[in-house]
Amino acid sequence: MGTPGGKNVREGFLIMNATKKDAVLQLMDVKKIFAQGTVDEVTALNGVSLTVYDQDFISIIGSNGAGKSTLLNIVAGVFPPERGGRVIINGDDVTNLEEFKHATYAGRVWQQPGVGTAGNLTLEENLSLALLRGKRRGIRAAINKQRRQLFYEALTPLGLCLEDRLTALAGTLSGGQRQALSLVMATISKPAILLLDEHTATLDPKTGQTVLSLTEMIVERERMTTIMVTHNMEMALKYGNRLVMMHQGKIVVDMDEEEKRSLAVNDLVTAFEQASGEQFKDDSILLSHR
Amino acid sequence: MDVLLSVLSISCYEGLIFGLLTIGVYLTFRVLSFPDLSVDATFPLGGAIAAVLIVRGVNPLVATIAAFFAGSCAGTVTGLLNTKLRITALLSGILMMVGVYSVNLRIMSGANVPLLREVNSFDLVGRLLGLKGMALSITFAAIVALVFFILLHRFLRTEIGLALRASGDNEQMIRGLGSDTDKNVLLGCAISNGLVALAGALVAQNQGFCDVGMGIGMIVMALAAVIIGEALFHPRRISSVLLACFAGTFAYRLFITIALRLGMPAGDLKMITSLLVIVALGVPYMKKRLRHEWVPPAARM
Repeated sequence: MGTPGGKNVREGFLIMNATKKDAVLQLMDVKKIFAQGTVDEVTALNGVSLTVYDQDFISIIGSNGAGKSTLLNIVAGVFPPERGGRVIINGDDVTNLEEFKHATYAGRVWQQPGVGTAGNLTLEENLSLALLRGKRRGIRAAINKQRRQLFYEALTPLGLCLEDRLTALAGTLSGGQRQALSLVMATISKPAILLLDEHTATLDPKTGQTVLSLTEMIVERERMTTIMVTHNMEMALKYGNRLVMMHQGKIVVDMDEEEKRSLAVNDLVTAFEQASGEQFKDDSILLSHR
Repeated sequence: MDVLLSVLSISCYEGLIFGLLTIGVYLTFRVLSFPDLSVDATFPLGGAIAAVLIVRGVNPLVATIAAFFAGSCAGTVTGLLNTKLRITALLSGILMMVGVYSVNLRIMSGANVPLLREVNSFDLVGRLLGLKGMALSITFAAIVALVFFILLHRFLRTEIGLALRASGDNEQMIRGLGSDTDKNVLLGCAISNGLVALAGALVAQNQGFCDVGMGIGMIVMALAAVIIGEALFHPRRISSVLLACFAGTFAYRLFITIALRLGMPAGDLKMITSLLVIVALGVPYMKKRLRHEWVPPAARM
C-alpha cells in the first residue's frame, strides 16, 4: 500500500522489510484436550503454531477429527486452549477472552445456514445486529434510514435481489441465500479475521459455487484476512493464497501460493502421506474430488 | 343489555390488567425462549409488596412501582440461576416459584392482607380524573397498559432490545456478534417479572386484598392468552404482537366471565383453563397426525 519506488539496492532492501505483511493472527503452541482425565479423552489439537498475515486467505484441509473446527473455535473464542497456548490477534492477547468479547476480532460463517442468521428476525434486523459487532448496544433505534441504505448497498452486489427483501424474515430465505447473508453479516463491520467453517458443505454444488464466488468477491473487496476450512481438496487448491493441511491435531503441510499453484489433488495426497508418514485413507476427501 | 355491558366491561378491564402479565410471559416464553414458571409466585409478590407498603402508609402509586422492582429482582434471580449456575430455565423458574411462596408469606406476615379500608392507586387516580367504579378501573388500566405498550414497543426495536430478541432466536449467532447473552436473559427476565408483579399489585388493589394463593395458575392463564392472541392475529410486527397479548387476554377473560355467568362453579376455572391450553397445543399435532405428516418427537427439556 503506497510504498515508494526503491532507488537503489540498499533502499529496496529496506522497503522489502518494511512491506513484509503484519501478522494478524498468531497461534502459539495451541493444545486442546476434551474430557481430560476420562476414558473419553480426545486430543483435538496437539501443539499448533500458525501465523496468519494481513490479507492471507488460508484454506485448511484435513480429514474428520483433524482439529480444523476446534482450531476455528479457539480463534473465535468459543473455548480457550489448554494452559501454555496463546492466541494473539492484531497484537492483543485474546487467549482467555470470553466468546462475546471476540466479536471484533473474528467474524464467522458456519456450516449450517441456520446458525449464522436469526430466522425469526428480518434481514435488516439481522444486518443491524451484525453492524454493531462488538460495539456497545444502546437504546437508539436499531434500524434507521441511514442504516437501511447501508444494508441495501451491502446486499446489492450479491446479485440475489436480497436488497429488495430487507423486511422479510431471514427464515424464509433458501440455504444459499442465508449463507450469502451470513457472509455479509460476518464482514459488514470488518472483524480482524474472517472464519469460514465449511460454509458451502451443506449446499448443492451449484449454490455452493455461487456462495464461493461471492466469498471470493467480498474477501477481495474488503481485503479480509481469511481462514477457510474445507473438506474439498479442489476447493482448497483453487481458493486462497496459502494451504494448510491438518492431521491428528497438528499442522502437517503449510504451503504458500507458489507451492500450491503447480499442485494437483494427487500431489496433495502425496504431500499428506509424506508429511504424516501414513497412508491417505479418508475416502470422503478423495471422493469429494470431482 | 345491562348484563352484556357489564360482562364486556369486566373483560375489558381484566384484559388490560392481565394483559401486562401476558406480555411478561410472552417476553420470556416466546422472545427469550425461556419458559419461566416463577410467574405464579412473582404475581402475588407484587401484590404483597404493594399491599404491605400501602398498609404502612406509603403512597399507593409508589408502592405499585416498588412492586414492579420487587418483581424485577425476583426475575433477575431466576435468570441468575439459569445463566450463572446453569440450572435449566424450567427448573430455575420452579425453584423460584416454590421459594418465593415462603417469601410472600413472610412479607405479608400471613396468608393475606386486606386493603379495603386503605386508599389505593385506583382511588388516587379516580380523584384526579373524577371517575368511579368500572369506568375508573378501565381508564386506569388502559393508561398503565398504554404506557407499557409504548415503552416496550420502543424498547424491543432498540439496539439492546433487538439483541435481546436475537438471544432467544439464535444464541450462538448473537454471542458471535459480541452481545453477552447472559445479560440479555437477565434483562428479559427482570422486565418480564416486573410486569407480572405490577399486574399483581394492581389486581390486589382493585380487589381490595392480597392473598398468597392468588398467583396459582397465572402462568397457564397467560399461556392460554398468548396462544389465543397468536391464533387470532398471527402477529409479526412488534406492535401487533403486543396488541395480540392484550386481545388474547381479553378474549380469554371474556370466555371465563361468560362461563361464570352461565353458572360454572368458580372452582372449575383452573381446570377449564388447563383444558383450553391442552386443546390449543394438542389439536395442531392431532391434525398433522390425521394428515399423516411427520412430526418430530416431543421436546422434553
